[in-house]
Amino acid sequence: MIRLVGVKKTLGGQPVLQGVDLSVPQGKLTTIIGRSGEGKSVLLKHMIGLLQPDEGEVWVDGTEISRLRGHALNEVRKRFAMLFQGAALFDSLTVFENVAFPLREKLRMKGAAVTNRVEEKLDQVGLAGMGHKFPAELSGGMRKRAGLARALVMQPEIILFDEPTTGLDPLMAKSIHDLITSMQRKFGFTGVIVSHEIPEIFGISDYVAMLKRGRIVAMAEPMAFQRTADPEIREFISVGGTVPLSAAPSGG
Amino acid sequence: MNLVERIGHWVLIYVGEMGRMLIFVLSSFAWLLRPPLRVVQIVKQVHFIGYKSTFVVVLTAGFTGMVLALQGYYTLRKFGSEALLGSAVALSMIRELGPVLAALMVTARAGSAMTAEIGIMRITEQIDALDTMAINPLQYLIAPKLVAGLIGVPLLVAIFDVVGIYGGHLVGVELLGVNHGSYWNSIESEVEWEDVYGGILKSISFGLIVSWVCCYKGYYTRMSAEGLGTATTEAVVLSSVLILVWDYFLTSVLL
Repeated sequence: MIRLVGVKKTLGGQPVLQGVDLSVPQGKLTTIIGRSGEGKSVLLKHMIGLLQPDEGEVWVDGTEISRLRGHALNEVRKRFAMLFQGAALFDSLTVFENVAFPLREKLRMKGAAVTNRVEEKLDQVGLAGMGHKFPAELSGGMRKRAGLARALVMQPEIILFDEPTTGLDPLMAKSIHDLITSMQRKFGFTGVIVSHEIPEIFGISDYVAMLKRGRIVAMAEPMAFQRTADPEIREFISVGGTVPLSAAPSGG
Repeated sequence: MNLVERIGHWVLIYVGEMGRMLIFVLSSFAWLLRPPLRVVQIVKQVHFIGYKSTFVVVLTAGFTGMVLALQGYYTLRKFGSEALLGSAVALSMIRELGPVLAALMVTARAGSAMTAEIGIMRITEQIDALDTMAINPLQYLIAPKLVAGLIGVPLLVAIFDVVGIYGGHLVGVELLGVNHGSYWNSIESEVEWEDVYGGILKSISFGLIVSWVCCYKGYYTRMSAEGLGTATTEAVVLSSVLILVWDYFLTSVLL
């Protein structure tokens, strides 16, 4: 389980996270929502040690990772994978080589073992036969799929998704959401998604948390979350059409 | 902020930047010592920095040698010493112009491209992706480029020197009529091994400066297109200036 305790972070003189407390349940999909610029991606990067908090603690199971460096941090990161907003595929490598990259570099795998595993993952994300293409030749949605294949190939326990559907048309966004859900059901990893795709994320998440003014102000199962009485949360999620602004709250 | 505070502020910024640069290069070399040794990456980078810069280096070297011979011939003729043209061209090339001009050309061609490549990888989170895969970017990305600079630039300088001397031969001997034998004899008699060693030492240190500065500027680029443009400009300017400043100090020590 990932647990953040009192995490504070200031970037460029601006306080971004102002005491985040969050527990991410194991084996579930948790989505963090919030306005643009609230620091959702910053929060996500704390979970994998790409950023270190100014104050507070980040726990991954029994290990506090915010002060770890080098080898010790890499040991924790082996349990993670991350799908970046722009997929972060390596431009100079083909899709196949991108997906094979962690296998070759971390596990020192070679030959048919790599080919089989990469082909399998590409097939699972719907990119069979596209391995020879370079990232620049792919559409936005295909790049995300390739990124997801690269994230899945090491069979991680935890996958972090940084706005996985930003910049995609609604149909493509739905297919990526469906893919994330089906892969999570299939492999059982712990997933943390940063998104502002409302209402779609309510349909795919096990839990929804909202980041506001540098703190997690609510976390609940999607149905309960949509029934919140907090007017600011209701205003935010009503924009997506799930809760009419005028509707009276029906519970906590 | 008064004047003293302002000076102090800038001094702190520059001292901090120098410290970061030093830690960057030392960490990269430290990562190089840990397995796995990325031979393929190093060879790829030597190909990029070295082989792909060959054409521009040959072109620059040829014309530098030719103009040196032209200027040298008219100066030496005043003293009736045209026979020394070969050694004048060769010594200028080997001791000074070869290392400096080759390094400046590598900065312009390969150094700027290195900064842009690493900067784009930073902006598009490819460097973060390496981190999340528990692969150290300094080991995978930076260390091979530093090594390639140390290997590639001295090789280019050697090519520069040879082509430059032949360029001088073309103008001095073929066009201006200096005796063929005296051109090559003066090179043989005047150029010492110390001159060659000095040139090699310079080219190795310049190779490090180019790859170090250009990698550093790309690695710490600001997260915007404008930031990337600024980083590339700064890399080329800083690398060029450092080459010339370091050249002076090295020359004063070697002489």
